[in-house]
Amino acid sequence: MLALFYIFIAVAIGVSFWQITRILNFRTVIATDKDNDTQGKIFLWFTAFFYAMMIYCLIFLNVLMLPESASIEGEHDDNLFNITFILIGIVQFIMQFLLFYFAYKYRGKKGKKALFYADSHKLEAIWTITPAVVLVVLISYGLWQWNNVMDLSDEQDPLIIEVYSKQFQWQARYAGEDNALGRGNVNYIKGINTMGVDMSDLNAKDDKQVTELHLPKGRKVIFKFRSQDVLHSAYMPHFRAQMNSVPGMVTQFGFTPKFTTEEMRVQSEVVAKTAVINKIRKAKGEEPYEFDYILLCNKICGASHFNMQMKIVVEEEEAFNKWIAEQPTLAEVIK
Amino acid sequence: MSEHHHKETFVTKYIFSQDHKMISKQFLITGIFMGVIGVFMSMLFRLQIAWPEKSFTIIEAFLGSNQTDGVMDPDMYLALVTIHGTIMVFFVLTAGLSGTFSNLLIPLQIGARDMASGFLNMISYWLFFISSIVMVVSLFVEAGPASAGWTIYPPLSALPQAIPGSGLGMTLWLTSMAIFIASSLIGSLNYIVTIFNLRTKGMKMTRLPLTIWAFFITAIIGVVSFPVLLSAALLLIMDRSFGTSFFLSDIFISGEVLHYQGGSPVLFEHLFWFLGHPEVYIVILPAMGIVSEVIAVNSRKPIFGYRAMIGSIIAIAFLSTIVWGHHMFISGMNPFLGSVFTFTTLLIAIPSAVKAFNWITTLWKGNLQMNPAMLFSIGLVSTFVTGGLTGLVLGDSALDINVHDTYFVVAHFHLVMGVSAIFGMFAGVYHWFPKMYGRMMNKVLGYWHFWITIIAAYGVFFPMHFIGLAGLPRRYYTNTNFPMFDDVADVNVVITLFAILGGLAQLIFLANFFISIYRGQKATQNPWKANTLEWTTPVEHIHGNWPGKIPEVHRWSYDYSKVDENGEYIHGEDFVLQTTPLKDGEDPS
Repeated sequence: MLALFYIFIAVAIGVSFWQITRILNFRTVIATDKDNDTQGKIFLWFTAFFYAMMIYCLIFLNVLMLPESASIEGEHDDNLFNITFILIGIVQFIMQFLLFYFAYKYRGKKGKKALFYADSHKLEAIWTITPAVVLVVLISYGLWQWNNVMDLSDEQDPLIIEVYSKQFQWQARYAGEDNALGRGNVNYIKGINTMGVDMSDLNAKDDKQVTELHLPKGRKVIFKFRSQDVLHSAYMPHFRAQMNSVPGMVTQFGFTPKFTTEEMRVQSEVVAKTAVINKIRKAKGEEPYEFDYILLCNKICGASHFNMQMKIVVEEEEAFNKWIAEQPTLAEVIK
Repeated sequence: MSEHHHKETFVTKYIFSQDHKMISKQFLITGIFMGVIGVFMSMLFRLQIAWPEKSFTIIEAFLGSNQTDGVMDPDMYLALVTIHGTIMVFFVLTAGLSGTFSNLLIPLQIGARDMASGFLNMISYWLFFISSIVMVVSLFVEAGPASAGWTIYPPLSALPQAIPGSGLGMTLWLTSMAIFIASSLIGSLNYIVTIFNLRTKGMKMTRLPLTIWAFFITAIIGVVSFPVLLSAALLLIMDRSFGTSFFLSDIFISGEVLHYQGGSPVLFEHLFWFLGHPEVYIVILPAMGIVSEVIAVNSRKPIFGYRAMIGSIIAIAFLSTIVWGHHMFISGMNPFLGSVFTFTTLLIAIPSAVKAFNWITTLWKGNLQMNPAMLFSIGLVSTFVTGGLTGLVLGDSALDINVHDTYFVVAHFHLVMGVSAIFGMFAGVYHWFPKMYGRMMNKVLGYWHFWITIIAAYGVFFPMHFIGLAGLPRRYYTNTNFPMFDDVADVNVVITLFAILGGLAQLIFLANFFISIYRGQKATQNPWKANTLEWTTPVEHIHGNWPGKIPEVHRWSYDYSKVDENGEYIHGEDFVLQTTPLKDGEDPS
C-alpha cells in the first residue's frame, strides 16, 4: 500500500515537472482579457467552494464544540461568545462576498474604463464609526464579564483549593476545616511532603492533599495555583476556566460548578458528542468513553505536556462532604 | 557619473554587494531557503498530529536519533513547532519579506540612488545570514534545538533539566536571535533615514506610494520594540549562564531546590510580548503596503482613501505597542491590566476594518487585471478578514480565558498574519520580479500556485477553529490520552492532507521562480503600466538606478484612469507616471 503511495507521488511529481516545463514554454506573462475572464469566473467558483466549506464546518463540526458552560460564571462567557460569533459571522459572510463578487464583476476588459474614485469622507466615516459603535458594545459586555469572573474579593464562604503543578502531574490541596491553606514553598519539599507545605504553620495541619479534584455543586470554589518547576496552565474547558500556574507566585481563579458530573453526562450536547466519540472508539476496538470533567495542562511544559491531566468530579454537597471527610489530613500523613 | 560605474569583481557584485537591489535579492533567496525549511518542518509535525502512532519513512530519514521506528519523539515534536514558528515569523516574514522589499523598493520608489548607507545595508544582510546559519546549525545539536515554543517562556527555556532543548540548542537560539535583532535594527534605521532624507525633488510624504509608508512605519515599530526583545534575551542569558534570577524563583526540579530567588516569569512575558505583539505588525504591514500598491495598479484605479490608509497604518502601529498584554490575560498578571489591554486591543479592529473596506472599495468599478500578484492580493484581503474577525474573540479577555492556547489561536494567527503575510510576499515577488531579475514569471504557473495555495490554506485553518473550540490545546504531541478529543482526530487528518497539498503547491512557485530567473521572458520597462518611479529605471540594473539625473516627481502615485470632464484619459492612457508634470487645469489629486 505504502509502495503504491510512493509510486503515485513519484508519478505526480514527474507529471508536474513535465507540465511545468510545457507551461514555461508558453512564455505567457501578463494577464490578457481571456485570463481576466477566466480568473474572474474562478473567483465565483471559489466563492461557492468557500461558502460551502464555511457552512459545512458551522453545521457538521458544531458537534465537536464544548457543551454549554458547567459553571455559573461561564454562562455569560457563552452568551458573549455567541453574540460575538454571530456578529463576526455576518461580517465575514458579507465582506467575503463583496470581495469575491467584485473580483468577478469588475474583471478587466480592454477598452473598459475604471472609475477614478479616490476618496469619500462619508463612506470612510461610516466604516470607521460603525465598527467603533459595535466594539463599544462588545468591549462593555466583555469587561463587565471579565470583572465578574476575576474579582474574587467579596465571596461569601468560598471553598479554597490549591492546585499544584509539576512536570507532569497535577495535585490538589483542600484547605480543611479552617478553610485556610498552610504556607507552601519549594524549600519544604521532602519525602511525602511533595507539595512543599510548611508543617509548622498551624493552618497546614488540617489541609488535605489529593490527586483528584472533587467539587461541590453550587458552591463558589477559589483555586490557588502554584508550580514548582516551569509554567503550567490549569485549563478546565467545561467550566470556561483557565489560569497559568507560575513558579514563585500564587495565581487564582474561581467559579461555581453548575452541574454534577452525573447531570452533565445526560446533557443533550454531551450525549451527542459522546455518541460520536464512542462510534469512533468502537471502530478502533477501544473501551467506550464516559464523560468526565477534566483539568489539563495548556502551557508548553516539556516532553509529556500532552499527558498532564487531572480528573474533576462535581457532586452534590452531601456526597462531597462525605468524600472530603474520608481524606486524611496532612498532620495525619506527614508526621 | 563615473563613481556609479566603477569596476566590480564577482565578490563585490554578488557577495559583499552594497547595492540595494542585490541585497534585496540576497534577502529574498535566504528567506526562501529558510521558508523551505520552516514549511517542511510543519509537514513533519502535521504527520505526527494526524497519525500519532504511525511510522513514516520520511521521519525516519530526517530525524535520525530523535525518532523511534519512524515515529518522532515528543521532545522532537516540540522542537519542530518551536523552530517552525521562529523561522517563519522572524526569518521568512520579517527578514525575508521586509528585508527584501524595503531594500528593493525604498530607493527605487522614492527616487534615490541607493540606501543612505550601503555599507550598513550590507552589514544588515550579513548579520541576518549569520543568524540564519546559527539557527540552522542549532538543528543539529545532539540534545536537539530549542523546544520551549517560539515564545521561549522561562523557566522551561532556562533549565536544561526541564527539557533537553534548553541546553546548547537554546543557547544557539538566543545567539541567533541577538544577531538577528542587530541585523533588523541596522536595517530599520537605514530605511528610516533613507525615507526621511533621500526623497527626490517633489516626492512629498503625501505622494509616497503606500508601500513606502508601510515600510517606513514598520521600521519605526522595529526600532521601538526589537531592543526590548534583545534585553529580554540578554537577561535570559544571564539567568541561564551567570546565576542571576531575573525570571526565575522558587524552583524545585530533578530532586533539588535551585538557588533562584525573587524573579518572575511574568516579567519575561511582558518583555517578550512588548516585541512579540508589534512583531505581528512588523510582519503584516509591509504585506499590506505591497497589496495596496498591487491592488491599485491592477484595478487601474487609485487606492481608495489614500490618507485614511496612511492614518490606519499609523494608528495600527501606535496601538500595536500598547496591546501586548492580550497575550497574557491568564498569565497571573493583575486582572485590571487585562481590562486595559482588552480595550486597546479591540480598538485595533477599527483601523483594520478601514483598510479592508478601502481595499474592497478600490476593486469596485475597477478594470481588474488578473495577474498572479493581483490574485494573491485579493487572497490577502480574504484571509486577513477571516483571521482578523476571530481576533474579536481572542482580544476579549473574558472569552480568551477559554480559547487561550488552543487551536483556535493557532488558526487565528496563521490566517491573519501567517497566510496573509505570505500572500503579500508572493504578491510582491510576482509583481516586482521583473524589476529584480529583468525577466517575467510565468502567469499560468502563478494561477495554479495561487488557487491551490488558497484552497489549501482555508482547508487547513478554517476547520482548525473548531477543534480549538472543542478545547484542544496546541503543542500536544498526541491527543490520544484524552478520549474527549477522539472526535477531532478525523478533522486533523483532513487538515494534514490540505497542509501537504499546500506544501507541494509551493514547489510550483519554486520552479517558476528559479526557472524564470534564467529562462523567463525578458521584461519590458513598465510591464504592469504602473505609475511609480521604479518603472522609470532601465530593465538592466545599474548602480545608482537612473542613468543621468534622478527624475523629479509632480504627482502622487495613484493617478490611474484619471479622466477629464469629457471622460477621456487626461494623459492619453489609464496610467500617469509620477514624473509627468500636471497639465494646465489638471486637478492635483
